[in-house]
Amino acid sequence: MTSNGKPKFAMYWAASCGGCEIAVLNIHEKILDVDANFEVVFWPVAMDAKYKDVEAMEDGSILLTLFNGAIRNDENEHIAKLLRQKSKILVAFGSCANEGCVPALANLSPVKDLMDTVYTTVSTENPENLRPQPTTTVPEGELYIPTMYPIVRTLDQVVDVDYYMPGCPPESHQIAAVIDLVIQVLQGKAQLPPKGTVIGAGGSTVCDECKRKRDVKHIKEFKRIQHVMIDPELCILEQGVICSGSATRSGCGALCPAAGSPCIGCYGPAEGALDFGARLMTAVSSVIDSNKPEEIERILDGIPDPAGMFYRFNMAGSLLRASRPAWDKK
Amino acid sequence: MTDTFEPTIIGFTCNWCSYRAADMAGTARIKYAPNVRLIRLMCSGRLDPTFVLKAFASGADGVLVSGCHPGDCHYVEQNYKAMRRFYLIKRLLAQMGIEPGRIKLLWASAAEGAILANEINKFTEEVRALGPLHWNPTQGIEAPAHAQPLVEVTA
Ligand code: SF4
Ligand code: SF4
Ligand code: FES
Repeated sequence: MTSNGKPKFAMYWAASCGGCEIAVLNIHEKILDVDANFEVVFWPVAMDAKYKDVEAMEDGSILLTLFNGAIRNDENEHIAKLLRQKSKILVAFGSCANEGCVPALANLSPVKDLMDTVYTTVSTENPENLRPQPTTTVPEGELYIPTMYPIVRTLDQVVDVDYYMPGCPPESHQIAAVIDLVIQVLQGKAQLPPKGTVIGAGGSTVCDECKRKRDVKHIKEFKRIQHVMIDPELCILEQGVICSGSATRSGCGALCPAAGSPCIGCYGPAEGALDFGARLMTAVSSVIDSNKPEEIERILDGIPDPAGMFYRFNMAGSLLRASRPAWDKK
Repeated sequence: MTDTFEPTIIGFTCNWCSYRAADMAGTARIKYAPNVRLIRLMCSGRLDPTFVLKAFASGADGVLVSGCHPGDCHYVEQNYKAMRRFYLIKRLLAQMGIEPGRIKLLWASAAEGAILANEINKFTEEVRALGPLHWNPTQGIEAPAHAQPLVEVTA
């Protein structure tokens, strides 16, 4: 490996979709600043490098690692620990690393059910009912594939994290701003924020940045977005479609409500919210316009999947983290 | 072991009614199960769903929520808000594998010490029958013995 004296940069994907990588490349010509100021030593999506190359690096020799993806299996965990050891600054990058995101919705089901769904449902042709095996013996020796853990975890449930950068994916202008900041720090023109800071996002809520008009909220029926013609000016929640804006951290500029779609919470819990779903449930139950138990239950029937609705991005990062059947072996 | 299992129950009570009811039960020397740890809120409307989730996540086997009777809340209608939250939380908990019987909503006025004590006893028995919950989502996470070194397959 060449060393050109520039600080080293790494980016990794664990359990994720690849969108975070795209978001980084979406910073357009700013990516040239990354190249001008850093030596990219490890970034599986963009360059060829092996785990053993990283293992051979000196501890703390990578200045900045952007880690996206949640911890689903032992490979994810191993690389998280490895990159922690080799990096000065480890950033939990994107919703999966921060709070589990969509991969962590699997925390509602035991691994066996997940496997059954993938390998035996009607759309799968698998007459011999084959399943991937963690180890296979071939003439050359033993082959391993990563072992799935019972539940998905966030990065900081596995290793110490320096900064948190939320978003699914983080907005490109926010990424560009963070990269600018790190470059300024390198040039001695700025200082790093205190460890543990949420970077590349705001300190308030999506509602706070949303331009829609708010009135008094009286909901008699919750509807799904496909069943309503969304009024272009009025708050979406007031139209009976659940919008997560009040529970979600600002940072995106309220993109989705501006486009006529509810916020689904991709920037994670707002500052100070210990549990995303709890914050959202508080908001949702306060707009229900009824004091009668039967009527309240009927209105709540309009939310057919509360766990998926209130924890779409935050299941692994929530207080309960996973459903009991997923983790309880008894 | 279920017969000797002593459930831990967290009870959120309203300052103006159920907490006083519990107090009254105490002064009247009405005995009730010591399993319930009461936490006083100014009103049941203060019940943030976070409190319920945190109680279960921290090892509670049951959660009791109590407030003034409908129409009697000292902050006009906050107990209706608590009721709506309660129904929603209950639906969420069911999806998380926490039985509906582990959470109870109870209206009790300051004069209803005996009723409160009786309901606490009943609820304690119901939770006892459900057995321990002992929330521990990271149990069973174990790296396989061959975890390192990983064999890399590159395309
Ligand atoms: S709930 Fe949604 S639509 Fe309403 S103000 Fe908040 S972000 Fe905007
Ligand atoms: S409005 Fe909500 S879901 Fe849409 S980008 Fe912003 S935080 Fe994400
Ligand atoms: S004051 Fe008792 S429930 Fe509101």
